Amino acid sequence: MLFLLQAPAATATQIGEPNRVAMGFFFLFIATTLGITYWAARRTRTTEHFYAAGRVIGPRQNGFALAGDYMSAASFLGIAGLVSTSGFDGLIYSTGWLVGWPVVLFLIAEPLRNLGRYTFADVVATRLAQAPVRLAAALGTLATVTFYLIAQMVGAGGLIKLMFGIRYEAAIAIVGVAMIAYVLFGGMIATTWVQIVKAVLLLAGAAILAVMVLAQFGFNPAALFAAAAQKFGDGVLAPGKLVAKPLDAISLGLALMFGTAGLPHILMRFYTVPDATAARRSVFWATGLIGSFYLMTFVLGFGAMVLVGPDVIKGVEPGGNMAAPLLAEHLGGTPFLGFIAAVAFATILAVVAGLTLSGAAALSHDLWVSVVRKGHASPEEQLKVARLATVLLGIVAVVLGISFKGQNVAFMVGLAFAIAASANFPALVLSMFWRRCSTSGAVASMLTGTVSTLVLIYLSPTVQLDILKHSVAWFPLKNPALVTIPLSFAVGVLVSLAAPERAGEDGYEYVERRMHLGVVEE
Amino acid sequence: MTTDNSRLRALAATRWRVALTLTTVMVIVYFGFISLIAFDKPLLAVRITPGLSLGILLGVVVILASWLLTWIYVRWANTHYDAELRRLRK
Repeated sequence: MLFLLQAPAATATQIGEPNRVAMGFFFLFIATTLGITYWAARRTRTTEHFYAAGRVIGPRQNGFALAGDYMSAASFLGIAGLVSTSGFDGLIYSTGWLVGWPVVLFLIAEPLRNLGRYTFADVVATRLAQAPVRLAAALGTLATVTFYLIAQMVGAGGLIKLMFGIRYEAAIAIVGVAMIAYVLFGGMIATTWVQIVKAVLLLAGAAILAVMVLAQFGFNPAALFAAAAQKFGDGVLAPGKLVAKPLDAISLGLALMFGTAGLPHILMRFYTVPDATAARRSVFWATGLIGSFYLMTFVLGFGAMVLVGPDVIKGVEPGGNMAAPLLAEHLGGTPFLGFIAAVAFATILAVVAGLTLSGAAALSHDLWVSVVRKGHASPEEQLKVARLATVLLGIVAVVLGISFKGQNVAFMVGLAFAIAASANFPALVLSMFWRRCSTSGAVASMLTGTVSTLVLIYLSPTVQLDILKHSVAWFPLKNPALVTIPLSFAVGVLVSLAAPERAGEDGYEYVERRMHLGVVEE
Repeated sequence: MTTDNSRLRALAATRWRVALTLTTVMVIVYFGFISLIAFDKPLLAVRITPGLSLGILLGVVVILASWLLTWIYVRWANTHYDAELRRLRK
């Protein structure tokens, strides 16, 4: 499974040895991003800066930042590893992680930018009752963010331990401290630029690697695939045993496709641009960048398979996650390994920073300011609470990262996508495009999405068989999205019809106007 | 104001139709690919050229299709949608 780090065995590689180049790049990245944070901190004076970078990020910049927020270590190390060890099957993820982006563009980006301020709950609550909607939305957001954070933190600890030879707990602490520093002091301005730096590094690293691989095969990808088939059998170019049950594949696909459109840290990015047109153009950039990256994973994965070999890769780390670093070492020696290791580290750090900021926004903007203070909090208080929430979430992330040490958390990325797809996406769509959507309907949909996903994941083979080692799993699917997405939509619709809301329906005209025209003068 | 409202209503309906159509195409493309992986593995193993299986080719096609659909929407929005919004804002 993706991004599961296990104990390494001894092989002829510099991975795990203190690597001067890796350390050099690592400190350069930390120094650069802290410099950015210092610069950003002086510009972060209001909540508008803290949550939305003052809404002055350009579409191309936001496209890179979206790509930075989205391309986690699971997509870089995980997919390359999966392709290098099981061939074609890994490509299911390369495509699945991209197809959500057009959906974000068609259904979400522009209306979201026009209707909301900082969180997706702003949109759902536009014409509905504030407190219940925000409570339910915050629950969905925090559940998504928590599981995503656990997967990233545990991955980060294992990865940094493996690549730099430092202790797991120390690695988690370094990630936690750096991430808190970015968000606490530099807010969304720093987080955005950290994402941009990371996206450029990751895309450049992957592109250099891909070009070096292709150079060995006359710049013909088909020659690379042919070499893989010749060495490891024709099976590596066709679907294999990863997708044994058809419904599992479809359910995972649904989670990836619609989960992207419900990820809080992605949705939040659309508030950083000046208007809906810029939001549209930023998704266009992001789709181009992310698609190029996933195309490159085809080459990196098969390149690692042919040039390094699945046995060597699994020997270093049984999950296959070291395929890309090993490929870098094979092609460019220790210095290039150091560069790629530092890129992988930057990747994780940037993603956790984005996640933490979106979680902090749910805690402070949705729960504290809108529910507890009923919208009457001074700007100073809002900023203070947002920073407090950042520190709190950062500490929680470190504690969770340490307490889940050595656990199989790979499924948690899929779980985070399933919650986002079932709890956040249906409520967003219903509240924006359906006049009769009521407070009760939206709240019921969000709660159903969150709770049903958690319960079904617990009853799934992933938890029951793989983790708890029980002999039977009550629920057959590994990812529950196939059931939970339609369920959340159905509950949202039925409850809205059963408990209609006059004020909400009357407010729809305003929603429709504002969704298209932006903020309208009354 | 009334004509303005009905024109906004019409624009909203058009945008919803475009968004829904393109989303449906994306769903069909991606789940078509996934269904082939799930139900017809031998077909995806067929070679187009030595080294290039239909499966890998279709994987690339899914990514290209995502780009194409994104481009179609942006083009439609930049020309038709934005122009109508400009008229409505006047």
